[in-house]
Amino acid sequence: MSAVEETIQHVDAATGGTYKYGFVTDIEQETAPKGLNEDIIRFISAKKEEPEWMLEWRLKAFEVWQAMPEPNWAKVNFPPIDYQDAYYYAAPKQKPKLESLDEVDPELLRTYEKLGIPLDEQKMLAGVVAVDAVFDSVSVATTFKAKLREAGVIFCSISEAIREHPELVRKYLSSVVPVADNYFAALNCAVFTDGSFVYVPPGVRCPMELSTYFRINAENTGQFERTLIIADAGSYVSYLEGCTAPMRDENQLHAAVVELVALDDAEIKYSTVQNWYPGDADGKGGIYNFVTKRAACRGRNSKVSWTQVETGSAITWKYPSCILQGDHSVGEFYSVAITNNRQQADTGTKMIHIGKNTRSRIVSKGISAGRSDNTYRGLVRMLGGAEGARNYTQCDSLLIGDQCGAHTVPYIESRNPSAQVEHEATTSKVSEDQLFYCRQRGIGEEEALALIVNGFCKEVLQVLPMEFAVEAQKLVGISLEGSVG
Amino acid sequence: MLSIKGLHATVDGKEILKGVDLTVRTGEVHAIMGPNGSGKSTLSYVISGRDGYEVTAGEILFDGEDVTEMEPEERARAGLFLAFQYPLEIPGVSMTNFLRTAVNSHRRHRGEDELDPMQFVKLVRSKAKALGVKDDLLKRSVNVGFSGGEKKRNEVLQMALLEPRLAVLDETDSGLDIDALKIVADGVNALRGPENATLVITHYQRLLDYIVPDHVHVLAGGRIVRSGGAELAHELEAKGYAGILPEAA
Repeated sequence: MSAVEETIQHVDAATGGTYKYGFVTDIEQETAPKGLNEDIIRFISAKKEEPEWMLEWRLKAFEVWQAMPEPNWAKVNFPPIDYQDAYYYAAPKQKPKLESLDEVDPELLRTYEKLGIPLDEQKMLAGVVAVDAVFDSVSVATTFKAKLREAGVIFCSISEAIREHPELVRKYLSSVVPVADNYFAALNCAVFTDGSFVYVPPGVRCPMELSTYFRINAENTGQFERTLIIADAGSYVSYLEGCTAPMRDENQLHAAVVELVALDDAEIKYSTVQNWYPGDADGKGGIYNFVTKRAACRGRNSKVSWTQVETGSAITWKYPSCILQGDHSVGEFYSVAITNNRQQADTGTKMIHIGKNTRSRIVSKGISAGRSDNTYRGLVRMLGGAEGARNYTQCDSLLIGDQCGAHTVPYIESRNPSAQVEHEATTSKVSEDQLFYCRQRGIGEEEALALIVNGFCKEVLQVLPMEFAVEAQKLVGISLEGSVG
Repeated sequence: MLSIKGLHATVDGKEILKGVDLTVRTGEVHAIMGPNGSGKSTLSYVISGRDGYEVTAGEILFDGEDVTEMEPEERARAGLFLAFQYPLEIPGVSMTNFLRTAVNSHRRHRGEDELDPMQFVKLVRSKAKALGVKDDLLKRSVNVGFSGGEKKRNEVLQMALLEPRLAVLDETDSGLDIDALKIVADGVNALRGPENATLVITHYQRLLDYIVPDHVHVLAGGRIVRSGGAELAHELEAKGYAGILPEAA
């Protein structure tokens, strides 16, 4: 067997062949009737005990969505989605109001345990990460709420925030991603069921990492989560997001919207390890991950940093972006996207420079194997007022085997002559020479590949928070670099 | 230690080695010399088991065991080391990480405990110091941005860490100035011992001034056409390949 064939098999094992999170939790659930109409939206809103304004907002979004055509510009192919042939609400049956974690269904706790996300605060290392666990359409548990409250940080499900903090939600919801922004964002507004809400008050450095763990379990169900994070003046928060789903033969739609708002001198670090079920080797099943993520760097000197490790999903379609409105604000995007078998990824970022001396940095690493397609699509726009703005973009693609594709589609627009934009791109293959060199030193072929891929992704992996770096390392099938100088 | 008998090998269906016989015993240094295209590098790749280099006849015995069907990493762990003519770059992988992964692969194979990062750093620093390799080099990505001399010195450092039974040096002198050549040769000489052996593949005689061989072989047209002592290298230097091998010129 040639080195390349073996290499491909290794990547199969690392990504598609042995999807570790493919189990199904057997739990009694409550679903809305199949299909999508106003009644379903009223059902969801009622289930969430939402105020009237929220329901009206949803219904308006539904109207907007119905008038929009499904976009088709991305370099991805899939059969038409029948939006009436899916469930839009699925929730594990449980007591209506949970007072503490003790009341969470033990079956759910076991599920998260199995996923490596213990929700029992006692079992977690003292105050390392607070977790909001979203199971299908609802948040089932949020840990360390009390401890965070002491610091003034609000961390809860978005449903709870709509009820308990309507003034914040009304002020910021859809202020970054407007309802009519795009087809999937509009759909999300109409039917979103849960997600996380974070508010960090002025001057507060959030005392621990916040994390949401999304799990799709139910069959034929879309997951539409909504996340809203607000970092008030001078605050800091680091937020992590992880996702898995069972192995199923049908494609499931996941259309999330994430909005971040950073005010003066505030900083948000948002990290994702996306490992939705990618489908089997022939491209059967898997998640359609059509996500809108956007940050508004509204304040002076504000900063938002997106880091993503995308290994799952049949199709990934997402562009975590930054609107750099405040003068001297900074946007960063670090991405590793790995596709294998028949996976398709069209991902990248948009950096919209509005304020003076705004800066952005994009580092994208695409790794394609099997018969997959991996596209980087990015936009850097310098508006007229973006005096002295700067961007640096680096897009590297790595090919494994000769049947996969890597594409880079950068758009650059500058309306300010003082703005500087730099773009560098490379495409390379894991060479037989490199593999042989490692193997001649006694390093097994699989380990050698992991080493090479790890090196390729290093600039991105090293900006992940420690807690996630470990998971990312497992995912990419590689050992972490540089733990000791 | 190494016994090659009637070795024929092809690359892309083309026969490059046409019956090589060679025996190397422990404690010996052998040099293989020959004009361009004579099959010198092919021989080193065939010995180390590179994909695409197919043995069509003959055998390679290493410590009495036929290694022709073994994977490159298995041969490496059995004690076979190839110092590359053109060491490869591996961007983003630090020298320390690369070397530790290699050393631990060998240790696992021998049933020894792996070295943790702290233990390893200690070991690699002591070896590097002995070879005049700066600590700074260990933090850089494998061979990325290394000068020709640094690359070759790095090969010798790897050799020092892995302590092979048989080291094959493939054109280790290429691209080196005389000072770098001396340092590399000193490194190789320091690692010589009664329990191991060295096979030096070279185009020129000058490396053999510093790594003095016990035996010299001339490879031409895929066969060893002459063997002798160290004096054969000098004869070659004086007369050129054309002088002693009219048919190979």
